[in-house]
Amino acid sequence: MRPLPSVTGSVAVLDRADVDTDQIIPKQFLKRIERTGYGEFLFFDWMKDPDFELHRYPGASILVSGPNFGCGSSREHAAWALEDFGFDVVIAPSFGDIFRTNAVNTGLAPIALPAEQIAQLREAVDAVNELTVDLERLEITSTSGLRIPFELDAHTQETLVHGLDDIARTLMREAEIDAYEATHTARFDTRALPA
Amino acid sequence: MSSSAANPRTLFRKVWDAHVVAEGRDAPSLLYVDLHLVHEVTSPQAFDALRAAGRPVRRPDLTVATMDHNVPTLDGPITDPLARDQLEALRRNCDEFGVRLFGTGSGREGIVHVIGPELGLTQPGLTIVCGDSHTSTHGAFGALAFGIGTSEVGHVLATQTLPQVRPQTMEVRFEGDLPFGLTAKDMVLAAIGQLGVSGGRGHVVEYTGAAVRALSMEGRMTVCNMSIEAGARAGMVAADDTTFAYLEGRPGAPQGAEWEQALDEWRALRTDDGASYDDSVVVDVTTLKPQVTWGTNPGMVLPVDGVVPDPGDYDDPEQREAVERALRYMDLAPGTPLVDVRIDKVFIGSCTNARIEDLRTAASVVAGKRVAAGVQAIVVPGSARVKHQAEEEGLHEVFESAGFEWRRAGCSMCLGMNPDILQPGERCASTSNRNFEGRQGAGGRTHLLSPAMAAAAALTGHFTDVRELG
Ligand code: SF4
Repeated sequence: MRPLPSVTGSVAVLDRADVDTDQIIPKQFLKRIERTGYGEFLFFDWMKDPDFELHRYPGASILVSGPNFGCGSSREHAAWALEDFGFDVVIAPSFGDIFRTNAVNTGLAPIALPAEQIAQLREAVDAVNELTVDLERLEITSTSGLRIPFELDAHTQETLVHGLDDIARTLMREAEIDAYEATHTARFDTRALPA
Repeated sequence: MSSSAANPRTLFRKVWDAHVVAEGRDAPSLLYVDLHLVHEVTSPQAFDALRAAGRPVRRPDLTVATMDHNVPTLDGPITDPLARDQLEALRRNCDEFGVRLFGTGSGREGIVHVIGPELGLTQPGLTIVCGDSHTSTHGAFGALAFGIGTSEVGHVLATQTLPQVRPQTMEVRFEGDLPFGLTAKDMVLAAIGQLGVSGGRGHVVEYTGAAVRALSMEGRMTVCNMSIEAGARAGMVAADDTTFAYLEGRPGAPQGAEWEQALDEWRALRTDDGASYDDSVVVDVTTLKPQVTWGTNPGMVLPVDGVVPDPGDYDDPEQREAVERALRYMDLAPGTPLVDVRIDKVFIGSCTNARIEDLRTAASVVAGKRVAAGVQAIVVPGSARVKHQAEEEGLHEVFESAGFEWRRAGCSMCLGMNPDILQPGERCASTSNRNFEGRQGAGGRTHLLSPAMAAAAALTGHFTDVRELG
């Protein structure tokens, strides 16, 4: 996963609540067994509408949307599609729990901000559409002098900034997993189930 | 057995505490996973990542795979080359990594959330994950079960653990007795209507109350299944004699002395008196009516005798716009009685409502009657075993002579990854769990309801209170 210490770019606004992962990437594209190449299918059905908001923001790397973004299905393809399309950051008042984790594991920064701050941010963007999202300093700034701090837990921040592989980090704690397993007998062996 | 422990804990907290491998300070806790369910859609990239890193599957004995999302439900070979490749990739991966697969034709295949319980692998007190948001289903047994993404699937395959931040807890208490003719689906739809689609975000819900205790395991699974539709991480119901009776004798369940020992442990897995939840919600079911969704998320739901809402009645501009958008998509006019809304298709299936009890209920509604002219109705059993059992009971004949199509097991029209989809503009009465735009096919319109209500709609061609059918 690529490191993401800081992102400077333009903003796309998708002003809707409860954008679900079925909209972000519809089911017909989940049959592919690759992890890349989903960007062209992002918001597939909505993109067919010439008035769809995202058409107004070519080249944007920061997506701003409404509450509960990424609710619904666990498909990580939603995060892959956003990232592959060119987004590095999604800013919303809140996220679906599974989407949030998937985004982090994809190197797409999910940043939760209160609605009032998102309104401020949109105002700044209306004047000059460029923001910097600094994941090391945990703040969003604009050339007009806007400065909005945000929160990320240390683990998430570290993962995103350095592009860390979570599995490698967990495997460093293998001795603890061994110790846990030594005191916990499994209830079944799936391989021994009858045909 | 004392329930007034010095340090009273919720059911969730007991299961959580028993699975913490390492407590996180700055980091999330590392949580041990007892059962990992795998299916074809969210696993290929995870197996690829293992292969690329040269990592084995740490505990194949705690992992089990099935084929469900992509499989055709009509007889004959798979015609979609992408679906076929994805199913073959799962077979190859399971072979290579030593994972037990219940593939198409094994007689044990089916929707992942139907076969886990059916095999007796879903047990009280376990932690269960799957690359699928409806993994919450398994919480019906007092397990902590939640959906994960593909990177996390890889993480569990490699380490049998997951870094997790401990969620909050929420009690959803169903008060009162469920009126005759109502079902678990009506209960959970009403709860989501009350909570909203993000009301449960960040929480593990425990469902309590007499109406939950009175439910069968199938009913409890229906309730827990839809926890994610309220945004919750997981849903749980404390195990009791209903749970134990369901589990006893199943292939994965403990036997003999181990069974007795397990029962002792399982009986202690309930929320202690005096334990508190971070949040609490009461849903009164005494006067509940059959529920039908009218919009494009499961929280947009009304009793069947309701009318389509008017955007003008909403003060909040964001809500008004969401309702307007939903009505436009659903092609519904404000004020239309739901019973006047005509349907084109009926889908009885999915991990929410395709277990044997669901099929029995629907069959009892349609027995001796005929599907309305112009309506296509299909029944897709949740698993090969459910199909087999239903056929032994003659349910397939009841459905077929009423004009339903009787299909092979799979996810089918719940998400339409296989050929079972809605055409643009078609309206469907569906027992599944999501009515998002295009969920069952681009441009398709989905209304969620119970199997009994879906059966009633099939007979009349419009939404109908099943209790008023002659
Ligand atoms: S039946 Fe539907 S919701 Fe359930 S696992 Fe299959 S696709 Fe997902």
